[in-house]
Amino acid sequence: MRLFGLIVSLLALAAAMMGSITFGVTDIPISTVWDSFVAFNGGNEHLIIRTARLPRALIAAAVGGSLAVAGAVMQVITRNPIASPSTLGVNAGAAFFIVMAAGWLGVSGLQSFTWIALIGAAVSGGIVFLLGSMGRDGMTPVKITLAGASMAAFFHSLTQGLMLSDGKMFDQVLIWLVGSVAGRDMAQLAAVWPYMAAGMVIALLLSRQLNVLSMGDEIAQGLGQKIVYMRMISAAAVILLAGGSVAAAGPIAFVGIIIPHIVRHLVGNDYRWILPYSAVLGALLLVAADLGSRYIAMPKEVPVGVMTAIIGVPFFVYIARKGRKAL
Amino acid sequence: MRNNRRAVQVSFILLAICAAAIVVSTGAGAQFISPLHVVKAILGQVPFLKEIVGHVPRAEEVVILKLRLPRIAAAVLIGAALAVAGAILQGVIRNPLASPDVIGITEGASLGAVLFIFIFTGTVSIHWMPVFAIIGAFVISGLLYVFAWKGGVSPLRLVLIGIGISAAVKSVSYMLIISGPLQLADRSLTFMTGTIYGMSWDKDVLTLLPWVAVLLPIAWLQSRSVDIQALGDEIASSVGARVQLQRLLLIGLSVALAGAAISIGGAIAFIGLIAPHMARKLVGPAFGKVLPVSALLGAILLLLADLVARTAFLPRDVPAGVFTAAIGAPFFLYQLYRNRNR
Repeated sequence: MRLFGLIVSLLALAAAMMGSITFGVTDIPISTVWDSFVAFNGGNEHLIIRTARLPRALIAAAVGGSLAVAGAVMQVITRNPIASPSTLGVNAGAAFFIVMAAGWLGVSGLQSFTWIALIGAAVSGGIVFLLGSMGRDGMTPVKITLAGASMAAFFHSLTQGLMLSDGKMFDQVLIWLVGSVAGRDMAQLAAVWPYMAAGMVIALLLSRQLNVLSMGDEIAQGLGQKIVYMRMISAAAVILLAGGSVAAAGPIAFVGIIIPHIVRHLVGNDYRWILPYSAVLGALLLVAADLGSRYIAMPKEVPVGVMTAIIGVPFFVYIARKGRKAL
Repeated sequence: MRNNRRAVQVSFILLAICAAAIVVSTGAGAQFISPLHVVKAILGQVPFLKEIVGHVPRAEEVVILKLRLPRIAAAVLIGAALAVAGAILQGVIRNPLASPDVIGITEGASLGAVLFIFIFTGTVSIHWMPVFAIIGAFVISGLLYVFAWKGGVSPLRLVLIGIGISAAVKSVSYMLIISGPLQLADRSLTFMTGTIYGMSWDKDVLTLLPWVAVLLPIAWLQSRSVDIQALGDEIASSVGARVQLQRLLLIGLSVALAGAAISIGGAIAFIGLIAPHMARKLVGPAFGKVLPVSALLGAILLLLADLVARTAFLPRDVPAGVFTAAIGAPFFLYQLYRNRNR
């Protein structure tokens, strides 16, 4: 049953990606899309597909899947249902490091940006994690949530200050800061996918241990798990996934909250299923949101990060209202 | 009683520091003016003192009275208002990490201002922008309150929903900024960072003054209900407090204070978070004492942040909000570390 669901989701994802390639300011018939791969003729439409639409769809899928899996893993290791790369400040940290590197240090080149994003994600994630887990009562949801929100606010202010002090990078960075998958090319995907893939593989390999950890620290320890060690490896996976996503698409909000919650409704609490489902549905959400974002203010585009942020609000309300049980 | 005396002592010391900061900050800048002249120029405004203190060169007097002092008065008012707004919220939410920045009040005000900048620039006078910012703050907080209501508003729900709403509102502001022309984007982003550059007496200071002058005493009169809120819902209602009504009133006060301050100075971060923290360290948790102390601390913090922001990178004038964040975050982390076992 679960396998069937996963296959259906994969088909839906494939359909959404197909839609993302064919629909837009200029609609391109599917036959042309097919031709552009098997019989590339260098024409305008073929060029659009191969240099703009296809990379965009692929990046949206990769980023969506990565963020959703990162969110699911974070929710286990922080024991907090609204943990995600955006709420705990990981995205904001990665974004600040990139803006700082581009503005002050004059760094350029996709590879270096990816590394810088990873470092930023690690630094801010590490700080929030430490802050949230200090003290005798350990990692309470409110503590880590507020620590994350404060760090995110901090990095946001600094990023804005940097942008205001340097008019040159202002408009380039601004669009990127909201989170968008428009105007990316294959090189950008090539620069980040190995990290995302590594993070994804680590997360999937850990899924059995995550099941144990999700039952609570005492039980996990009782069953012989080294929980500190386990949290560190999981955090490394999160950083690879979230940092890679920010480097490719900017800090996109809330995919990491929305998707794991939907998935838990669908498949229950088994992380061996939650993670693959999250990857596929996260990809589906971002590809679909990106497709939708082209139609809201045509011919202009709404950045996909705005779409996910707005979709996310009902989820926050829902999770918060569900009551104490979830927290 | 002993504790009360300590609160009074602390307040007077802070008042003295604040006065000193005002004088030094007025003198510092592209053109340095000696503190003595600053004091003379200020006292000279009182009619019968003018003869006693003597005169200041005309050029310096203009710089002091027309350029520097409005900005400094605005810093004091904004800092105090933000600090008290934060102190109220921390009492209501019962968590020392809450602040207007985190739960969406600030973002709501920013969205209001950004909307104004994009829709009405050139057609409606800029004087109306604060009105939009305050409306934004109230609309978003109202939404937050409604969403968090479930037979009452719990602190936890307020925080969780507030964080979600604030991120969404922020990204809507960004979207507006991106889709508009570049010079408007610059103005919006400056607002969202928070700056008190170019304040004037009648437009800014006198707009904000009534809000602060009315709301701070009201907040102080409410200090008993803040203390009761801090006890937790069960105890509060068992001593006969109308918890939800008080909570609504207090949140409203906090939003009005923060909204008014932000509408003038933009989204200045972290003052509302750290000033009440410091105040509690100095005089303990009773709100009647925390309020005056955190108001003074907020004023001093913003004064100093603005002083650094406008002098450290001369001739460039960096938004003060960058520095409140730069001072605020490390302090905040340190506090979290210190209080890890509470």
